[in-house]
Amino acid sequence: MTSQIRPDRLADTFVELAKMKRGGLVTFITAGDPDPTTSLALMKRLPQSGADIIELGMPFSDPMADGPAIQAASLRALKQGASLSQTLDMVSEFRTGDQRTPVILMGYFNPIYQYGTTRFVSDAVSAGVDGLILVDLPVEEDDELCDPARTAGLHWIRLVTPTTNDKRLAKVLQSASGFVYHVSIAGITGTRSASTDSIDDAISRLRAHTALPLAVGFGIKDPAQVRAVTASADAAVVGSAIVSEIKNNLDGQDRPLPTLLDNVCSLVSKLASGVRL
Amino acid sequence: MATDSDVTEKLESYRSGPDERGHFGIFGGRFVAETLMPLVLELEAAYAAACESPEFQEAFDYYAEHYIGRPSPLHFARSLTEALGGAKVYFKRDELNHTGAHKINNTLGQILLARRMGKSRIIAETGAGQHGVATATVCALFDLPCVVYMGATDIERQAPNVFRMKLLGAEVIPVTSGTGTLKDAMNDALRDWVANVEDTFYIIGTVAGPHPYPAMVRDFQSVIGRETREQILSAEGRLPDALVACIGGGSNAMGLFHPFLDDPVRMIGVEAGGLGVDTDKHAASLTGGRPGVLHGNRTYLLQNDDGQINDAHSISAGLDYPGIGPEHSWLHDVGRVEYVSVTDTEALDAFQMCCQTEGIIPALEPAHALAHVRKLAPELQKDQIIVMNMCGRGDKDIFTVADALGIDL
Repeated sequence: MTSQIRPDRLADTFVELAKMKRGGLVTFITAGDPDPTTSLALMKRLPQSGADIIELGMPFSDPMADGPAIQAASLRALKQGASLSQTLDMVSEFRTGDQRTPVILMGYFNPIYQYGTTRFVSDAVSAGVDGLILVDLPVEEDDELCDPARTAGLHWIRLVTPTTNDKRLAKVLQSASGFVYHVSIAGITGTRSASTDSIDDAISRLRAHTALPLAVGFGIKDPAQVRAVTASADAAVVGSAIVSEIKNNLDGQDRPLPTLLDNVCSLVSKLASGVRL
Repeated sequence: MATDSDVTEKLESYRSGPDERGHFGIFGGRFVAETLMPLVLELEAAYAAACESPEFQEAFDYYAEHYIGRPSPLHFARSLTEALGGAKVYFKRDELNHTGAHKINNTLGQILLARRMGKSRIIAETGAGQHGVATATVCALFDLPCVVYMGATDIERQAPNVFRMKLLGAEVIPVTSGTGTLKDAMNDALRDWVANVEDTFYIIGTVAGPHPYPAMVRDFQSVIGRETREQILSAEGRLPDALVACIGGGSNAMGLFHPFLDDPVRMIGVEAGGLGVDTDKHAASLTGGRPGVLHGNRTYLLQNDDGQINDAHSISAGLDYPGIGPEHSWLHDVGRVEYVSVTDTEALDAFQMCCQTEGIIPALEPAHALAHVRKLAPELQKDQIIVMNMCGRGDKDIFTVADALGIDL
């Protein structure tokens, strides 16, 4: 039995989106990229720029499911001394000013394993984290973190991919909560994009298996794609495009230019127009 | 008081792992992205079926004999034994294999499996280039396209192997992501696999990665230990007292050790101590690391307090990996195998000694094993026997050695 923490910001957000009859925008940034201060300032401005849910990357030295943009973001953050405890502090700071926007942590297992799984789950709940996406923890490894995280009331956002066959789907969805993240291509982040048809097909297939909200990510770069995806799915996830815009606003030493916050937020607003009329 | 022997008594066999989830104790597992998970399961099923297939075993044996040149000899190193003044030292001569190292035992097994599975494209990662060459070789033999990921810095320092791979028809892709070393080459190979799930088979070069790779690579390499067992029984009429092998990821050591794990034979794995395990320039994951999760398995890793992976260092590019196979981590924790380390300098000394006493130019990897044999043999009685795996020849390393000795070629 799992007891969801209250408030259940993710559930509330999807109920709200349904009432407004629009899709949601999930925006990804890497915690501490390009530096802790800028990253927190950006995170604070994401909701007012149109982000419905914030996906925050936990930097890792070896992000094997990520493309060049997000790999570079991780390395920039680590160079500035990013760590898992700093990521959790960032969420706590964010929560002092925003009790409403769901925050999902995305990353790889090793930093959490070193931090201590039990300690991490408890600190994540205290910091105001709503859910987790762990790239390298498939359902076969649920006892590592999924089970303790669900018990503590954190959502476990399951990744479903084009290779997840029907036989496997039921098993994968069993412990899913919050929403289901459809990875639209077999590949890494920020590279190819799936066709609208293949996304629509995948969403119909998933709807038949789960009542959870469905988000689509990988290869979504512009407002038109956000609009197309949310015609069938409940939310669109944009990561590499935002992270690339951060990179476009750095100087030669990876220090933020004064334009960074405004330019990144302006991109987020444009993306958000894809889920608004 | 609990001792190692208590653990020994509780285990019926050290050879029964992994369990059905790919675990050796707490190590191993399948820590991969969902996109790869169905492929990993498909591979597991295909490998299990191949193990039951006499045709598969026949094909492996045929190419092992006629193409690789197996069995490799077991050579009594008489001069070295006399020079060390202790136990008798034998070399298992896997450096005499086609392509000059043990790596081809594994690439042969995996490409036969890839063919059975109908895969039409092969990818691999490589550090020093030996696994890349061994993969490119079997791809040429079986006419399959081959893509090898290799760290940009390794490409620079291993130019001859890069050229070999190209001659064999492989495409060598320089890896600049992360720190541009073997671990990053493995990351990029995994990224390739995720993006080419339909037709691609990933030939991992060591006893690491998600289950079933650690067990499968071990099985293909166990031909080394099975032959050694027969050969030493025929030469000496008894099992050896000690086995010694170098360890990067640990495939040659696992292949030598595994058939002997339930016998009263001492086993020693030699890690690369680089400039010293008390510095930050070494590759000794067991001596200087702690358990973590990377590249699909839980194992000992060189990492910082935050779980970020550190770079490994060794004079031997083939040992330059911040992790180790999960079965070694388990054998370390249960105390069945001893793990030690030797430094770059000790390996260089052993390299030269081997050239001069035995007329064998060893690769820098087994030179590490030999450096430990030099310490161990004098401590043992003259009627005791050590078998060391000479897992690769040193032609590829002469430039590195010349450089380290300050000689301009």
